[in-house]
Amino acid sequence: MTRGTAADAGLTGPGAAEDTAAPGPGAVRRGGRFVRSRKLRKTAELSILLGPALVLFLGFVIAPIVIGAYYSLYNWDGLGPLTHFTGVHNYKIAFSDPAFVQAIEHTLLLTGLSLLIQGPLAIGIALLLNRDFRGRSFMRLVIFAPYVLPPAVTAVMWSLLLQPGGLVDEVMKSAGLGGLVQLWLANVHVVLYSVFAVLTWQYLGFGIILLLAGLQGIPAELKEAAAIDGATPWQTTRRVTLPLLGPTIRIWVFITVIGSLQVFDVIWLMTQGGPAGASDSMATYMYRTGFQNQAFSYGTAIAIIMFLFCFAFSLVYQRFALRRDTAGALTGAVG
Amino acid sequence: MTAITAAPPAGARGQRQRSSSWTIMPATYLMSIVILGLTVVPLLYVFLDGARSTAQISASSTALPNPWVWSNYGQILSSAAFWQFLGNSALIAGVATALAVGLGSMAAFALSRYSFHGREVIFTLFICGLLFPLQIAALPLFLQLQLLGLLDNQFGVALPEAAFSLPITILILRPFMRAIPGDLEDAALVDGASRLRFFAQILLPMCKPALVTVGLLAFVTSWNQFLLPLLVFSTQSHFTLPLGVSTFQSTYSSNTAVILAFTALAAVPALAVFIWAERYLVAGASGAVKG
Repeated sequence: MTRGTAADAGLTGPGAAEDTAAPGPGAVRRGGRFVRSRKLRKTAELSILLGPALVLFLGFVIAPIVIGAYYSLYNWDGLGPLTHFTGVHNYKIAFSDPAFVQAIEHTLLLTGLSLLIQGPLAIGIALLLNRDFRGRSFMRLVIFAPYVLPPAVTAVMWSLLLQPGGLVDEVMKSAGLGGLVQLWLANVHVVLYSVFAVLTWQYLGFGIILLLAGLQGIPAELKEAAAIDGATPWQTTRRVTLPLLGPTIRIWVFITVIGSLQVFDVIWLMTQGGPAGASDSMATYMYRTGFQNQAFSYGTAIAIIMFLFCFAFSLVYQRFALRRDTAGALTGAVG
Repeated sequence: MTAITAAPPAGARGQRQRSSSWTIMPATYLMSIVILGLTVVPLLYVFLDGARSTAQISASSTALPNPWVWSNYGQILSSAAFWQFLGNSALIAGVATALAVGLGSMAAFALSRYSFHGREVIFTLFICGLLFPLQIAALPLFLQLQLLGLLDNQFGVALPEAAFSLPITILILRPFMRAIPGDLEDAALVDGASRLRFFAQILLPMCKPALVTVGLLAFVTSWNQFLLPLLVFSTQSHFTLPLGVSTFQSTYSSNTAVILAFTALAAVPALAVFIWAERYLVAGASGAVKG
């Protein structure tokens, strides 16, 4: 490290001013010693600033991927050393297990439903709320509240609301919709949609707040200009507002897909993936088969498959959708 | 800087929207009422039913408490377990937030205001962490924590949570720190301050809105995390609040009223923090979208 730095300093001697630091009192003396000590100092500062974060990040974000990929090639039950190398056997088992294939289908269905139903809803509501009206800030508070609720709380709450004879059933009966009442969490044909409704309840507010933030970034002059040119409010929305909202929408899509691919808490606490796997997601399948059944190396193979889903989506999405947006827009990932 | 202060003047916005408001206002209010109902009624129901007895609940699921039964709430608030769950959650979220914001802001400073070889590579590496959510990493993390001897240990949850909050922290803070004028830094250096001192005493206070935003994100993410604590903790005295809720649900499955009361109380801290911090979140989000 030290040697490399000294060499750098030697090379960049006269050009040291590329560093943004202002010249100190001794800057007139552009000699080697000053430059070298400044280079050394910069290296020290950088390692103090970046070192801890890098260690933490490499240690707990990157290392698990590597460890997971490694363990997934063995047959290991949680005890003793890794000796039984099985190659991609775990992956073959996973894709030949109908329960896992079904879990993938459910996860993809939940992802698709989130995009197709939550997206238009969030955009519509954000457009309606993006004006000054009495109680606007209160509405924002209310809309965002479910998002900050622990999913465990949401899940327990809704499993009580959705139980037979619970509030949802009662409300539907009194609204004359009694014929539509279902065993929301016990009917294999309905349970996944019940889960989706609860997920929407929890996460819709996030999309709305993100889009509202995006809408505030659109200059009023553009809409005024469109109005002066004779555009109807609908045309203004369709031709001016929505295209300018594009970067925010694309960020929302990204966050939603990555979030949907890993959905666990709400499903696990409401149905444990049941009945009969009818609401299993990839993550609940991973927890049940990998952790509860102590098939750790099989579970890590599932984790790696989930990771590859995220990774493949990100690559494709980055290539075709996000590329147009600037780095500034990417920071919309904020929430 | 623009990101911090870029709220459009209220007058201009009011004028712009008044023109078309007479057609859209009713729709806005109607929508507001529907959303209000769908959001607030379930929450209200949980709080109210926590004040009924299980017998009242099974008699009718829509009635108001009659008479009000405060013993459910009393039972939970006087149980040591609830406060222990709460304390564990607070400790873990506190450590995770402090680490994420502390180390994340230092890294963001290095990545925004120094020029050095490999800067963009390191930045991209951090950003790639966004592709790899904690839930997916949970099982490999469990194996790693076992190797490190951190199972059933609060740091076994707090450290990974902090690490997984670093990408978003750095992503939000970097443009923020970049936007602060270089003149300020030059002035501080001329006055004899080191760059680290400039960072700690001048830059960080100026980044307060963004720091609050990333701090909240890290805190809420940790507070709500379920799968990792579920894997890591085996002793009930280490459980966090979400784990407590699920344990409680299975332990008292016949006593619906107590579960509702517990769920209601478990929701309170998250809602309270959020109500206090909402303005920061919206400001932070809009600032970041503007970049």
